[in-house]
Amino acid sequence: MEIFLQQIINGLVQGSVYALVALGYTMVYGILGLINFAHGEVVMMGAMISLSVLTALIGIGLSPFLALPLSLTLAMAGCMALGYGIERIAYRPLRHAPRLAPLITAIGVSIVLQNLAMMIWGRDYHSFPQLFSNHTHQIFGAIISDIQLIIVIAALCIMAGLMLLIHRTRLGRAMRAIAENQHAAQLMGVDVNRVISITFMIGSALAAVAGLMVSANYGLAHYYMGFLLGLKAFTAAVLGGIGNLRGAMLGGLLLGLIESLGAGYIGDITGGFMGSQYQDVFAFLVLIAVLVFRPSGLLGERLAERA
Amino acid sequence: MMNSDTLSPRKQKSSNLAKPRAEMAGKNGALLEVKGLRIAYGGIQAVKGIDLHVAEGELVALIGSNGAGKTSTLKALAGILPPSTGQIQFDGKSLNSVPAHQRVVMGIALVPEGRGVFARLSVSENLLMGAYSRSDDSEIKEDLRRMYELFPRLVERRDQVAGTLSGGEQQMLAMARALMSRPRLLMLDEPSMGLAPLMVKKIFETIKEVAAQGMSILLVEQNARLALQVANRGYVMESGAIALSGESLLGNDAVRRAYLGG
Repeated sequence: MEIFLQQIINGLVQGSVYALVALGYTMVYGILGLINFAHGEVVMMGAMISLSVLTALIGIGLSPFLALPLSLTLAMAGCMALGYGIERIAYRPLRHAPRLAPLITAIGVSIVLQNLAMMIWGRDYHSFPQLFSNHTHQIFGAIISDIQLIIVIAALCIMAGLMLLIHRTRLGRAMRAIAENQHAAQLMGVDVNRVISITFMIGSALAAVAGLMVSANYGLAHYYMGFLLGLKAFTAAVLGGIGNLRGAMLGGLLLGLIESLGAGYIGDITGGFMGSQYQDVFAFLVLIAVLVFRPSGLLGERLAERA
Repeated sequence: MMNSDTLSPRKQKSSNLAKPRAEMAGKNGALLEVKGLRIAYGGIQAVKGIDLHVAEGELVALIGSNGAGKTSTLKALAGILPPSTGQIQFDGKSLNSVPAHQRVVMGIALVPEGRGVFARLSVSENLLMGAYSRSDDSEIKEDLRRMYELFPRLVERRDQVAGTLSGGEQQMLAMARALMSRPRLLMLDEPSMGLAPLMVKKIFETIKEVAAQGMSILLVEQNARLALQVANRGYVMESGAIALSGESLLGNDAVRRAYLGG
């Protein structure tokens, strides 16, 4: 029972991160019909920036309570600029090109960012500074650390905030209108390019938060971390129904739980033949299963309705 | 670069809205003046150099058969289709380099062919989208009330998503949404298309009512008789060119034979 509960907690923590990243994929897809495969790299850049700034600030003796928000703010600003630039340089010129062109470009952007990060930060793992005492809480025998608790709560607050933004504000209304009919939105006086830029920037800000969360949770960051994380968050977005915000959140949390429970019990199931190193298999099994049995995802509409 | 592009018209807009838009008129001459407008899709000329104008407070009909270039003309005026050559002047200012979203701020609204309502947004959200270019919240609320008065059918459905509305209700919503931007020129593309006769009658009554309040309207219609009945003036378009224009097209023999069935 404790193991089960522990895996649930781990899954929720990991799932919160997936959900934040999946939102970035799904917002861009909803508006442009484009899968921004460079999004995982934005998460990595967020992690690397926040980690470098954090290490530097702690190094000059700043209190973690100041250094943490400061480094997060800088990482968010950096990632927002990055997201804006990616859309402007790589995707906007291809807005009316065949669908394959921006997809290939996305992979190109991803490679560029990885190599850029490797040049700046090197190939080594960077470790997350020890900020707080490793204080943990016990829930029915399962353990959750302060950092994990913060990750889950912060992610939930951010998601609630995003839902308010999308459903209750003028900007959110414009985003939903563009997702449905770009020409009609223009006729309402919406500057479509501006709203698309803002969408990329919001997604990238969420990616920066997720990047900091991952590196805090695992205690490290490196230039290659965005690839797998990006693919998994993409899987989460597809699982929930790509283009659907609630779907991205649900998909993220579910994928985190599936992975964590899978990793926790795979040893028992296979009689010790496979261990928790096979954790990643579950994400992609889910992806294959969704694509085969329910391509529109859990909360997605049938594709015919989109066209 | 992007930011400076978008910030200046926003400032301009808020000062526009401080006073009612009618005050800004008062200049003599046409509100809309089009000269030598040409539109091409690939190698095909859809519009072959047309001239037309709409004066302040006028209801002008643009009729013609399918494929004559009427819709292309409206799209070019709204700014969502780039013309190959030609001058478009609105209130004395050239629109040629003004993007679509800023034309809305200047006072041009288009109800597109097929209505273009946002099917997954609610009726009231659609109306609020119409007021996107405005920031005078209290007046927007007042206009919302006026729209519900003009189209009582929309009141009961205000929280429904627009996709669940009937075709006629969607046309009403599209017109109300366009009016929410407080346009000075309202352009309607085939408002009667696909509607039951009773609904067509209702829509045209509303068009007359809006025109009677002094709105300048450019009406594109395939139902030529109906359009010419409500209009002050008309243009007949034939394969991309203006074939005829004037005030009493309903009595014109050529128009009768070609568009009114004898």
